[in-house]
Amino acid sequence: MKGLGELERTIMDILWAENAPLTAREVGRLIEDRDLAPTTVMTVLDRLSRKGFLSRTRDGRAWRYQPAASRDAYIAELMLEALDLTGDRDAALTRFAQAVSGSEAEILRKALTELEEQ
Amino acid sequence: MIAAAVLAALATVCAVAAWRLTSARWTWRAPRTAILLWQSLGVTWGLASTGALLAYALEPYRQGVVHGLAAFLTTLEYGVREPHDLVRMGALVTGLTMLAVLVVVLLAAGAQTFRARHRHRVLLSLIARDEPAVPGVRVVDHPGAAAYCLPGLKSQVVISDGTLSLLSPGELEAVLAHETAHVRERHDLVLLPFAALRRALPWSKVVRDAHASVGLLVEMAADDRARRHCCPRRLATALLRFGTAAAVPTPQGALGASAGANVMARVNRLVQPGVGLPAYHRFLILAGSVVLAASAPLLWLIPG
Repeated sequence: MKGLGELERTIMDILWAENAPLTAREVGRLIEDRDLAPTTVMTVLDRLSRKGFLSRTRDGRAWRYQPAASRDAYIAELMLEALDLTGDRDAALTRFAQAVSGSEAEILRKALTELEEQ
Repeated sequence: MIAAAVLAALATVCAVAAWRLTSARWTWRAPRTAILLWQSLGVTWGLASTGALLAYALEPYRQGVVHGLAAFLTTLEYGVREPHDLVRMGALVTGLTMLAVLVVVLLAAGAQTFRARHRHRVLLSLIARDEPAVPGVRVVDHPGAAAYCLPGLKSQVVISDGTLSLLSPGELEAVLAHETAHVRERHDLVLLPFAALRRALPWSKVVRDAHASVGLLVEMAADDRARRHCCPRRLATALLRFGTAAAVPTPQGALGASAGANVMARVNRLVQPGVGLPAYHRFLILAGSVVLAASAPLLWLIPG
């Protein structure tokens, strides 16, 4: 039995891989862990919808779920923050080094060559 | 009157000291000590400037700021008898407003940071993967170079795919040692109040410079700790590689103007380690910071 967090991840991966909205039953069929109770899948789908990662539409008596945004969009969001480009200047993360602009990058490149030659 | 005057003097001393400290270079020789001095200056400035106004305003109570404030808040009466008392009342309103703004700004910044981290953590749990080559580190699939620490009760060190291909194993080890130092020493908590103050007073050059100075000192402190566990030269080349590789198209004004100079300052420290600040200098600064930080709360208690 997987943890809830890992299950969320598995389900997001499945829905990102599919291009069409899926019902809970269809998602359940695509999960490798066959012992999973259908209600567990529904619970996780519901949790992910409430967190805003999935959007759902009515289809007869069932709901169809699809990702609210692509995987790449979330990666981009993470990287914007990682590179301190959100303009927020908050203290949410501590970063190793900041990006450097054109002419300054040239100075660093020179210093790197010198260091590597020594 | 004496307490108010001393507090006002103390606030001025802190402001001048902060202004001098933004351009000081000895701080690079003892980053940890300098960080402590910065924290002490920040707290003392806040307490002294608000305290000076309140001590003056609450002088008629003759009980000091803390007890005078308690007396005022329980009765909520402020006798205005002479024109002079109107000035006192103005000081009271200003002092209380400043104090409230400082507290609210800090709390709001804390809450905002907490939310941003929570969102980041959730996204990581859905997206980041584990990499057998670097156990305990989360990897995000992106070609850009990034390495950072997401602080919290369970801090996470995160790197991008681009970092894995950019750095040699030795350099990667150095970067991870640096990030682990941030985690261990909770540098995020050091930076939080300075970042908050900067957002509250965006026009103030001293506050902006103070935030930048502390930010650089925190990096240097992490470099110092990392070099105990890894080759300093590898850390230096990793820094340079990072600075040049992260040349992503960036929105105007998003980058710190001194980013390049900061990287070079850190590289030079790593490659040619200068002499650290003598122990007794460090001790003097440390003792001074402690006395400074204790002085403002004491002055809040002194009557008259």
